[in-house]
Order: sequence, then structure tokens, then C-alpha cells
Amino acid sequence: MPAVTMKVNGVSRSAEVEGRTLLVDFLREKLALTGTHVGCDTSQCGACVVHVNGQSVKSCTCLAVDADGAEVTTIEGLANGADLHPMQEAFREHHGLQCGFCTPGMVMSAIDLVNNNPDPGEADVRQWLDGNFCRCTGYHNIVKSVLAGASAMGGGS
Amino acid sequence: MDDFQYHAPSSVDGVLSALRGADDGKVLAGGMSLLPVMKLAMAAPSDLVSLRNVPGLSDIEDHGHCLKIGACCTHAQVAASSVVRERIPALAAMAGRIGDPQVRNRGTIGGSVAHNDPAADYPAACVGLGATIITDRRKISSDDFFGAMFETPLEEDELVTAVCFPIPDRAAYAKFENPASKYAVAGVMVAEDSDGVRVAVTGAGAGVFRVAEMEAALADDFSADAVAGIGVSSDGLLSDNVAGAEYRAHLVTVMAKRAVEACG
Repeated sequence: MPAVTMKVNGVSRSAEVEGRTLLVDFLREKLALTGTHVGCDTSQCGACVVHVNGQSVKSCTCLAVDADGAEVTTIEGLANGADLHPMQEAFREHHGLQCGFCTPGMVMSAIDLVNNNPDPGEADVRQWLDGNFCRCTGYHNIVKSVLAGASAMGGGS
Repeated sequence: MDDFQYHAPSSVDGVLSALRGADDGKVLAGGMSLLPVMKLAMAAPSDLVSLRNVPGLSDIEDHGHCLKIGACCTHAQVAASSVVRERIPALAAMAGRIGDPQVRNRGTIGGSVAHNDPAADYPAACVGLGATIITDRRKISSDDFFGAMFETPLEEDELVTAVCFPIPDRAAYAKFENPASKYAVAGVMVAEDSDGVRVAVTGAGAGVFRVAEMEAALADDFSADAVAGIGVSSDGLLSDNVAGAEYRAHLVTVMAKRAVEACG
């Protein structure tokens, strides 16, 4: 089996995987980082969004072997100890979640938005979240959270 | 999905030899089409040959009369490129509305054209703008490249390396998108240059097609009114739970009007 090494949340991690192992399965099953969720498994819902080399990607549609050598950030890599990342804090403050299943992907996607567009408007946020589904339909507070998080981030992560 | 032998060579020659050594090899670029197809067991290649270590496939070059876009350029890269936005804004705008941000961060122009999904946006952009597909061994005009659903003239061991887009005088793309996946239920690229007008439709049929009657009408009178009365036959158009063939035929005219209006 191919061996992969990648830096996950700042720590170098190596494992042998099958070629067909998806990045999300590598994270969840090999590294026990279960904050990244599998929702649809068909690249639509965005529950599995992580950052690979600083860009948001759907980890259910990325091979672990194709991320060999990459820097990966998951939801577990955002907080600094007990201090939440400003985007996480904004979701908490503005109740940007109901059941919470989509939240890790929402937060990872939102941070990538702010990295690309430091001062997004509501329309920018709604368009950016095209690839993140909330089946509780809690979009109103999610958008409020992302706008507040963008403001708190002060134009970048 | 079934397992496969994975290769990540560091040159185009390495890619070609890996493909030649495989029973049923497939090229893996961003994987936004191929991996979902493999998950659904609609494809089960024996070998995947990743392009991630091959240098020089992600450049965007302005050649004066055309833009040459490397096969591994992502949709996000094309959408954000200052040269594409300045020279062919319709192409940058089209790339910026493919799928969602995460799909645009991974999906590539080369992968999209090689896959030739009937609902993909790039086939309409290529045919509408009169692009040329460049492979490791030849150049193929878009009119000859895009066959029926998922069909192209690519050989089993042939690699798309770039796509060249002539600079139009004006162009615009309009699509009616699936609300969940953002693929084109019907998408129309309209472009005008010194050779005339081209109207290319994706999403509606089993593959991208041109509408000669609209092209002739627009050459005579470049206005939305000129295409408003021109319909396409619903015979042979796609029909599914999202849109029936007659509705898709209707959308083609509506999207053509919107594209012409957006040309300004």
C-alpha cells in the first residue's frame, strides 16, 4: 500500500493507505479526527470541507495519496487551546448552528472566504456557501455568524 | 470504489508511459468528475495517473490573439486570473460559477474538457469561443473535440496539456443551473469575433451543440430580440427529474437571450 505523509494541524502524520482511501477517511479513521463529517459523499453538501495547502476542499472527493506532502487544517486545528478561532466564536455567539452536523464544514469554508475576500457582504457569503448545505435550513444565523466572524478576523486568518 | 494502482509521475512523458503500462488507466487531475463517477462504480480504472507532480501545466499565457490556459489550471485560478478577466471576461465569469468554491479549488479545465460531461460549462465555453484543445501530440478544434456524452477523440494514452481561446470582440455565458450542484440544466455561450457569431449550448443535449439559426440571426442583428423567436427542437434533448426536454428547449432560447443581453 502507498505510504502518505502530510502535516495535519501542524503535526506531521504518516500512514499506509490504499490508493482509493479518501482524505476524509484518512482523517477520521486513521487519525481519529472525527470533527470532519461525511454528509452526502457526493461532493455536494460540504460537511467534509477542510483546508489543503490553505484552500478549502471537499475531503470526500480527494484521495489521501493526492494530499501526500500537503498541509491540511481541520476543524480541530483552529482553536488555540480553550480560545476558539474568531469564526468558531462567531458561530457560537450568533447561534449559527442547529443540529451542528454541517458546522465544521461551514466554519472551514467561511474562513477560506475571508482569506479570499476580507470584507464580504451578505450576498458574497450566501454565494460562497453554495457548496455547504444546512439541512436544518439555519442559513440566516449562519450568514450572520460568517459576517461577524469575518469582521472579528479583521481581514484574514 | 474499487482500488487501483496509483501513479504520480513528474513529467508528461511519465504520465504517458504510466497510461501505456496500464490495463485501463485514467488521468487524475482535480478529480471533481472522475472520483464521483468511480464512487458510483460507473468507472473502475485499473490505474490512476495523477498530474499533481507534473510541472508547467498550470500557466496562463497571453499570446496576443489567444489565451493559452494550462490543463491543470483550476476553475478558481481562471476565475481570479487578471489576464483572463481583462481579455475574456466571459470566460473568467463562467469559471467563477462552476460548481461551488471547493469544486473550483480542485477542478481543472483539462479535466473538464477531457471528461466532456454533457452538463459541464467548459464545453460551451470552448465551442462558443472557438477554442483549440492542445494535447501532448496534436491540436484539435473544439468543434471536432466534443462528441456525444463523455466522448472525445482522445486516445487512451493521450493527455490534454492546454486549451487556447481566441480573444472575442464580445462574449457572454448564461446558464440555468441546478440549485444543488450548480451544473448547467441549460447553458449558452454567445461570442462574436471577426469570423462571425457562435452560439454553443451545454446541459440541454447529450453533448454541447451549436445553434446555426441563432448564429445567422445574430450575425445580421446582434440583439436579444433576434434570437427571441428562435427555438431549438426538443428532439434528443435530455429529460430528467430536474427538467424535461421541452423545458430545456425553452431554456435554451431564454439563456441565449440573456447571454446576448450580457454581451452589451
